[in-house]
Amino acid sequence: MFHNNNSRRGFLKNASLATLSALVGADIIFASTMPKNYVPLVLQENDPVKLFGKDKEMMVLNDQPWNIESPAHLLDDKVTPSSKMFVRNNGLVPDNIVVDQWTLTVEGESVKNTKSYSLNELKSRFKQYTYHLTLECGGNGRKEYYPPTEGNQWDVGAVSCAEWTGIRVRDLLADVGIESNAVYLAYHGADMHLSRDPDKEPISRGVPIAKAMEDETLLAFQMNGEDIPIAHGYPLRLIASGFPASVSGKWLTGLSVRNKVHDGAKMESPSYRVPCEPVAPGTEVDPEDMCIIESMPVKSVITYPKSGALLTGKSSMGIRGHAWAGEHQVASMAYSIDFGTSWHSCKLSSPVNKFAWQHFEATVNFPQKGYYEIWAMATDSKGISQPMLSPGWNPKGYLNNACHRIAVKVV
Amino acid sequence: MKKDKLIPGKTLLFIFFTLLVGVVIAVFLSLNKPKEPSISDKVVLVSQNEEILDGKHVATGLIDDQGLNLVIAHCTGCHSAKLVTQNRFNRDGWIRVIRWMQETQNLWDLGESEALIVDYLSKNYAPELKGRRLPLNQIEWYELEEEQ
Repeated sequence: MFHNNNSRRGFLKNASLATLSALVGADIIFASTMPKNYVPLVLQENDPVKLFGKDKEMMVLNDQPWNIESPAHLLDDKVTPSSKMFVRNNGLVPDNIVVDQWTLTVEGESVKNTKSYSLNELKSRFKQYTYHLTLECGGNGRKEYYPPTEGNQWDVGAVSCAEWTGIRVRDLLADVGIESNAVYLAYHGADMHLSRDPDKEPISRGVPIAKAMEDETLLAFQMNGEDIPIAHGYPLRLIASGFPASVSGKWLTGLSVRNKVHDGAKMESPSYRVPCEPVAPGTEVDPEDMCIIESMPVKSVITYPKSGALLTGKSSMGIRGHAWAGEHQVASMAYSIDFGTSWHSCKLSSPVNKFAWQHFEATVNFPQKGYYEIWAMATDSKGISQPMLSPGWNPKGYLNNACHRIAVKVV
Repeated sequence: MKKDKLIPGKTLLFIFFTLLVGVVIAVFLSLNKPKEPSISDKVVLVSQNEEILDGKHVATGLIDDQGLNLVIAHCTGCHSAKLVTQNRFNRDGWIRVIRWMQETQNLWDLGESEALIVDYLSKNYAPELKGRRLPLNQIEWYELEEEQ
């Protein structure tokens, strides 16, 4: 666990100012305004392998805040292990988590009474459920948009499907008691804003109340059968699969049942919003013409083989990967080796449960030696397919679900 | 700046710090925002490691050019330089990002530095035309073995 195997950070946290100054080799000027227990940037550990147990092939897009993506071939597991799971943080990972004192407070305009629960109460008083739930960052694929859009330049790997265990949000809300005018369920977490302003939340989003009431919307305390890893929201996380993963708040300390669409940090335009009507690339869009993203689009990723495969003396090869469709199900899966001019169907599994990604596989036959690209295209239950080029441009570069491509040479 | 030599006998901890840290200075950004003293008292710790390799500032990865120190001082206090180096905008685009950070993320008034910072960013991190989709690039070829 993060806190146990990271004694250096623990040491720094408890070190006096004089010690810190000695360590950095200079006085820390304006130390009086430095938050207590804040470890100066230059002394912070920044290896995600050591900090979070991430695979060494994971790609760090940003280390303050942490944003780490999985290369496509690392996503080969049917259930994503923590070591290969992307991290998208908006603020700083909370320190000093004391589980015994951890509480979740449910408040807001539409609760009958504000109520607090300890972690133990949440675990013992409500029935627990386990689901495989796909989480995909709204900005996954951003790097392909032109003109470029602001934010972490994700390629295809800001997606995961782990096994989450927790209690249903609707069971908790029934215990709290909510009014009929409830519109939105919002979350509050223990992460700190990048500016270290204690009065500012880095992110506080949520879901429409109907989404909160779904069977698979959980208050989770386990991932893959163990405590949720610190980078993924220990000790408590909201999971609402099918929506951008930013609605699945980490390090949960509070829920607000709102009588209006939540107005927390990063609910406002342009965050996690797209133009309500399609716009030409590069268009400036007024905030009132931007709509909150709900369901993520149909998408797939080839996880085997890794792009760049040289096939020597062979003319066929197995491929496999996963496909998902936000709030919907994937109905069919196809691949092309001729740049989309002909398509062949893949074998596609049913989801383990609603919102779980589905697995596909196929045997690809190559007609002659040469350079090939394998393109993967999923189609959802509404007949909507992935585009072969980047889809409609939007100011923050969300929802790029263009076909994933890998390169293969038959030699 | 030349890195310090490793000193045998010192703890791993100390070696790490001597390598990584160099000297730390704090830059006090004097702003006239009386209503928000906590913001004007912003502490920015700047690594004094000035080593430049292949045209880049080693400690941050930022391109070495006029304005580099201002960008380090103003842009890396809250977030990593990696958030800068990933992004590409023209002048208007970078100004939009700065305004968004000022309106929502506690970024302070950059004063006279703003124009110099925008010069640096729009020159060194300008958009490259890439159209609707680039060819697959940076492919690392490897021999595919039969799966076990």
